Amino acid sequence: MLLIHCPYCDETLPEAEFTYAGQAHVIRHPEPSSQTDQEWEEFLFIRENVKGDHFERWRHFHGCGRYFNAVRNTVSDKFLTTYKAGAPRPQLSDLKEGGE
Amino acid sequence: MSVSISTLSAGVIIETKSARVSVAAPKGRLSLRTRGDLGVFGSALGVEMPSKIGACVRSGELEVLCLGPDEWTLMLPQDQVASIFDALNAIYEAQPHSLTEVSAREVTFEIEGTHATDLLSIGCPRDIESIPVGEARRTVFDGVTVILWRDASTQFRMDVWNSFAPYLAQTLETGCKEIAAELA
Repeated sequence: MLLIHCPYCDETLPEAEFTYAGQAHVIRHPEPSSQTDQEWEEFLFIRENVKGDHFERWRHFHGCGRYFNAVRNTVSDKFLTTYKAGAPRPQLSDLKEGGE
Repeated sequence: MSVSISTLSAGVIIETKSARVSVAAPKGRLSLRTRGDLGVFGSALGVEMPSKIGACVRSGELEVLCLGPDEWTLMLPQDQVASIFDALNAIYEAQPHSLTEVSAREVTFEIEGTHATDLLSIGCPRDIESIPVGEARRTVFDGVTVILWRDASTQFRMDVWNSFAPYLAQTLETGCKEIAAELA
């Protein structure tokens, strides 16, 4: 079972308490009415399909209930980091130097 | 005022030499959500509001548990619920918040005995020993969200939503018997 660090509870907990919530950092355009159908399609439906380090959202469903962001390697399932929703997207190079 | 609808009545569900599981008498429960100044809430309630998730603070018969960055559960005798509403309504203008009575939403199981942690580990993926005595956690038990208090080393309380309570009571009963059978 994966162990996931919840940045709100500040505890590393079993995966069974969490739910996956899709790709992170998908930002709604500040002026939605200016968007074309093509841009809407990309915003709503088009997602990355990364083989490697993926920025994604998780929710501590059976816990504090909060959504947060994580960087997970989709091949090894290793979590490089987790951080609070709204925090800036970390640089992958920083995570790899500090990690392991 | 919400009315208790649970099909379980207070009393012992099972007692073996491994552990004892019982249903606690009905209690008042309030859900408080706010991003306001905790100091003001603390002085209105007469407790120091916990801000660490899982921390529990008791004052007299009132128990305040921090469940999330902006979420608290208040446990108290049912006849004191109205006075908490009065106390917090008085600060509503200055400190907007949501206070909801959820007394009948949950049932409390009391789980105690030498093998209480073993019994909890049949359904809870957490390391039960990692929960400090005196604190509580919202976690999962056999697929159901529960709040688990660790009142003493081998003494726990588990708050379960009403509709899941009969199922979890049965699961705990079976687990209790199995652990007792292993001991025999």
